[in-house]
Amino acid sequence: MAAAAPAIEVPTPREPASVKILAFVAKAPVQIVLVVLGALWLVPTLGLLITSILPAGDLASHGWWQIFSHPSRATWSNYDALFHNHGLLDALKTTAYIAVGNTLIVVVIAALAGYALAWLDFPGRDWLFIAIVGMLVVPLQMALIPMFRLYNTFGLYDSVLGIMLFHVAFGLPFAVFLLRNFFVGLPKDILESARIDGANEVVIFLRLILPLGLPAIASLAIFQFLWTWNDLIVALTFGQNTTPITVWIFGQLREFGTSIDVIAPASFISLVVPLAVFFAFQRYFVQGLLAGSVK
Amino acid sequence: MTAFGLLFAVLTERVRWAVAFKTVVFLPMAISAFATGVTWRIMYQQDPSVGAVNALGRVVSEAVSAPGVLSSALPSVTALQQQGGGLVLKTPLHPGSVALLGLTGIPPDQVPKSAKQAVQPKPKPGDVVGTVWRDFKPGGGKPGVVEQAEQGLPGVTVELRETTGKVVQSTKTNDDGTFDFSNVGAGSFNAGIGAATFAKPFGGYAWLGPKLITPSLLAAYIWIWAGFAMVVLGAGLSALPRDVLEAARTDGATEWQTFRRVTVPLLAPTISVVFITMIINVLKVFDIVLSLAPESVQSNANVIALAMWRTAFEGGGNYGVGSAIAVFLFLLVLPVLALNVRRFRRET
Repeated sequence: MAAAAPAIEVPTPREPASVKILAFVAKAPVQIVLVVLGALWLVPTLGLLITSILPAGDLASHGWWQIFSHPSRATWSNYDALFHNHGLLDALKTTAYIAVGNTLIVVVIAALAGYALAWLDFPGRDWLFIAIVGMLVVPLQMALIPMFRLYNTFGLYDSVLGIMLFHVAFGLPFAVFLLRNFFVGLPKDILESARIDGANEVVIFLRLILPLGLPAIASLAIFQFLWTWNDLIVALTFGQNTTPITVWIFGQLREFGTSIDVIAPASFISLVVPLAVFFAFQRYFVQGLLAGSVK
Repeated sequence: MTAFGLLFAVLTERVRWAVAFKTVVFLPMAISAFATGVTWRIMYQQDPSVGAVNALGRVVSEAVSAPGVLSSALPSVTALQQQGGGLVLKTPLHPGSVALLGLTGIPPDQVPKSAKQAVQPKPKPGDVVGTVWRDFKPGGGKPGVVEQAEQGLPGVTVELRETTGKVVQSTKTNDDGTFDFSNVGAGSFNAGIGAATFAKPFGGYAWLGPKLITPSLLAAYIWIWAGFAMVVLGAGLSALPRDVLEAARTDGATEWQTFRRVTVPLLAPTISVVFITMIINVLKVFDIVLSLAPESVQSNANVIALAMWRTAFEGGGNYGVGSAIAVFLFLLVLPVLALNVRRFRRET
């Protein structure tokens, strides 16, 4: 989380031990409050993980914290059963198709559009960009019903492609906005000198913009991936047998009490992928978040 | 949410392991609102032995007042009557009397382990003696009579009261259920069992019930978004001009004054951005309601997005009304749209 660190580290002179101890005591309440809050933020996820490795019978009468007194009750059988469950495997596959496909399409289109909006001069460019900025906050609920009927007409209902295209449409405004703003900030003279050296737009885009814009493109890709992976409403509306993991779990929710041994591990699988992405690319994630909200 | 984020951002500036803390608080941002709903639904289950939130509540409530030994017991004879949560034997007692306090409705697993065959004590001059026992044996038994195979109830607090209700003596029963008030003065008394014996154990709050579902959702939602507010505000904080803060401190302002009069005004633009983002997000809440709220209470936690979706796609297929709700939602975010556009026109 480098973004939030103080900009300049002022070297502090060495302090006597007594001052250090006093400072530590003064900070203690803050430390305690933070430890409690941190625990509060960690426990639910931990609870889900532990719930997912306990047999359903044990969960009916005791909470997941029984694991601390009876660690032997932990079992992989829930996961074992899930990995032999074709419904779940298909759902995972569908989710991966939608998330990866959407991310690729959005990144390609947004990179091209961002470059054009940032560095190419054409009439109506600013108006176009303002329209895109305006679309940033349009709730996707606006389009659900019209798209539902269109998809029915064109036979896109209940297909991976249909769900993916809807995500692309609603991912693009933010994507173009993010990349255009990043590309605009690139040093102008590098581009100018490339043009003077006779490079055409395609070469500039591939050799200069893409490498220089990599941080922004990376955060965009992460966001798109997470959004589509975590989506429920779009897939629920446009899919019936094309079910990504969230919709699949949603189908099990009706029997929350009895199928907790399916719901908990499936939910955990569904959140392990975003978490892995988050930890691997934490820096880009935060950068993108800041770019999207502060600029 | 904005307040939580600000609190976290300010607090984390002061500790060395801020990065670890931020990562933890930020984690839920990456998780889907849907999975969060499932996670919290497990936390919120009503039975305190299954739901973590209520388990915590039970620990607290038992620390404040312990549940009674015989929470489900009922009197076995009509002379023993409910009074202020406890039971009182209405027949007047005098020195030399025997008080029989028979209870039923106690499941076998609630009978204390040390219980022995109940014994009806012999009257003693000057004392009031008696038994508290489980007035039931397999097959029934006669109510109000201490019989073979009926168990005494040990550890029950019995009170000897004057007819006005004032407690004169109190004692605990033995393993065979007997008790003995010695040196009772002349007069008429009642024997009773205090309310504490029958106190119900903490049953847990219905976090997922119709009344509490909205606060429950709110808490889960804060859990998701506090990390976002924290990171954005934290970035804003670290970009604040240090010299202004230093100047305020040098002038003798307290921490709170510095925060209230310098930090917050300087941070106002960032705070308003976070605030607006949050409002837009909250307007579009959908997944978490579907996964956190059980189906039967979803109508108690109805939100615009959910109302729209249900009208159009679930059951009715009422596209007209659904579209109208969607347009209404759009109207609500329209001011923000205008704000965004204006800001960018000024910039370009």
